[in-house]
Amino acid sequence: MPVICRTGCGKKAVLKRPKTGDALCKECFYRAFETEIHYTITKGNLFKRGDSVAIGASGGKDSTVLAYVLKLLNQQYDYGLNLMLLSIDEGITGYRDDSLETVKQNRDDYEMQLKILSYKDLYGWTMDEIVAQIGRKNNCTFCGVFRRQALDRGAAMLNVKCIATGHNADDIAETVLMNVLRGDIARLKRCTAISTGSEGTIPRVKPLKYTYEKEIVMYAHYKKLIYFSTECVFAPNAYRGHARALLKDMEKIRPSCIMDIIYSGETMAVKEEVSLPTLRNCVRCKFVSSQEICKACVLLEGLNKGLPKLGIGKSSKAKRMLAEYNSKQQTLLENGKQELDNNIAINNCSSNSKSCNSGLYSNENIELKESVGNKSKCCSGKCNNLNNKENVTSSKKINSLLKQYRINEKVLNSNHTSSNDNNEVDLLLTGQEGSCSETCGKISSLHLGF
Amino acid sequence: MCALKIDLLFGGGAELLFDKIKKRQVELPPLNKYFSDAKKTEWTIREFIVWIKDNLLREREELFIQGDSVRPGILVLVNDSDWELCGELDYQLQNNDCIMFISTLHGG
Ligand SMILES: [Zn+2]
Repeated sequence: MPVICRTGCGKKAVLKRPKTGDALCKECFYRAFETEIHYTITKGNLFKRGDSVAIGASGGKDSTVLAYVLKLLNQQYDYGLNLMLLSIDEGITGYRDDSLETVKQNRDDYEMQLKILSYKDLYGWTMDEIVAQIGRKNNCTFCGVFRRQALDRGAAMLNVKCIATGHNADDIAETVLMNVLRGDIARLKRCTAISTGSEGTIPRVKPLKYTYEKEIVMYAHYKKLIYFSTECVFAPNAYRGHARALLKDMEKIRPSCIMDIIYSGETMAVKEEVSLPTLRNCVRCKFVSSQEICKACVLLEGLNKGLPKLGIGKSSKAKRMLAEYNSKQQTLLENGKQELDNNIAINNCSSNSKSCNSGLYSNENIELKESVGNKSKCCSGKCNNLNNKENVTSSKKINSLLKQYRINEKVLNSNHTSSNDNNEVDLLLTGQEGSCSETCGKISSLHLGF
Repeated sequence: MCALKIDLLFGGGAELLFDKIKKRQVELPPLNKYFSDAKKTEWTIREFIVWIKDNLLREREELFIQGDSVRPGILVLVNDSDWELCGELDYQLQNNDCIMFISTLHGG
C-alpha cells in the first residue's frame, strides 16, 4: 500500500522528510529542498547581485549538492552570481587525489571555473609529510588550520566576495554539541552564524545550514549526482566521533533534535566578559589572523623546527614554547649533554612526583619526531630503564640528532619541568583535533573560524 | 517455496565495508531453512540485515550494524523509496526487490 505524497499531487511518496515528517514524492521533495535553501539564502542575505562566489569543493556529497543547487537557484531566481569552485589539495595519497577527480567532474558538469591550491605549494608540506613528522594524533589540527587559511588565500586569488561551504544542519548541530562539551563559549557563539568573518577576512557562508544530511544524500541519490565518499585515511578524532554518534542516535528517535540544537546554539546568550577575538594581520605572513602570529605560521614553524607540538593548544602556550626554544637554543646544548651523561647511572626517576616507567628512552624511540613528544611527556633523559651500554649509545645518538636538528635538551627540559602544562596541552590538543571539515568530512572546522 | 532474489545496492561509502562492491544480486532460501528456529518462511529486512552481516560484511561490523538494525546515519531504500515509508525493519521482502543502503556518515 504505497504512501501518497503529502502535498496532494497524487504521486507516490519516496521519502519521509526528517525535518517535518512529511512524506513527499520526488518532484515535491526537490521543490521543498531547493526552496528552503533559497529561503535560507535570501533571509540571511548571503549574496548580493553581481557577487563572485567560490564554492569550497571537496568532491563530497555536501559540496557537490551545494554546487548543483547554487547553480540551479542562480538561474531560477536570477541571483546574478558568478559561481566558481575552490578546492584544496592537502596532499593525502589515495584520498584527496581521488576526490579531486570528482571536483574536476563537477567543474565540467556545472561549467564553473575551478581553482585548486595545494598545501605543498602554500606551505611546503603535504599532509602525508606532516603525518610522517607528527604522527596521527594531531593531524586534524594541522589540516584544519591550513585548509582554512588556504581557502582564504584561494578566495583572494579568485577575487571573490565570499566562500560558500557545504556545512549542513547535522554538521552544525554537532559543532554546537562539541563546543558545549568543551565549554568553548567563544566558538559556540560563532559556530551557528550563517555568515562568518568580519573586515579583512573573506566571509564564509553556509547555505545548507538548515539542510539535513539525510536530505542531501537523498537529493544527490535521486538526482544521480556523482560524489566521492570515503573516510579520511588518517584516523579522525574519537571525541567528535562520539558526539556524532550520539547526535545520530537522538536524531533517530526525534529528528527535530538537529534543528533544536542549532536553535539552542543560536539563542544562547554569551556573557559580556567572554572575550571574542579581534582581527589583525599576522606579523609573519601578513595574512589576516586573530593572533600576532597566525596559527598556520605557528604550526609551520613547529614543523620546520622539528617541534610539531608547537601551536597545538593555547596560543599563549605556543608563544612560550617558541620563546623558550629561541632563547635557549644557543646556550644549552652542552648542559643537556652533561645532564644525559650524569643520568646514565640513575635507574629510577620520577617526573613531577609521578614515577616514570615508560621505557621511552630506548633506541627505536630516538628519532626526532618521537623525541620531542615523548621526552616532554617523560623525563628528558632521567628515565633510565635500560642498561648503561645502551644509554651511552642513546646519548651519543641523541647528541648527534640534537645537533643535526638544533634542538637542545634544555628546551625539552623546560617542557618537562612544567609537565603539568604539557598534560594540559595534550588535553587541549585532543580538544582541538576536530578541525578537519572538508577533509575528514565529518570533522567540522567551523568552530575554528578566523 | 523457491529462493528469493534480491538486488542489493550499497552507496555513499557503505560499499567500502563490502569489498567495495556497489551492486550485487543475492538469493535467500526460505527463512526457516536459514534460521532453523524461525517459524515462518518470509523474510523481513530485520532478518535480511542479519544475513548480510553473516554473509557479506567483512570488517568493522559496528560501522554498519547497531543493535538489531543498521547504524543510525545509514539510509535504507526499498525499491528506491525511503524505508521509513514502508515499515522499516518489518518490511517483508518480495521477490526481485531492490534494497539499497546509503551511508551518510562518510565524508568527502
Ligand atoms: Zn508530490
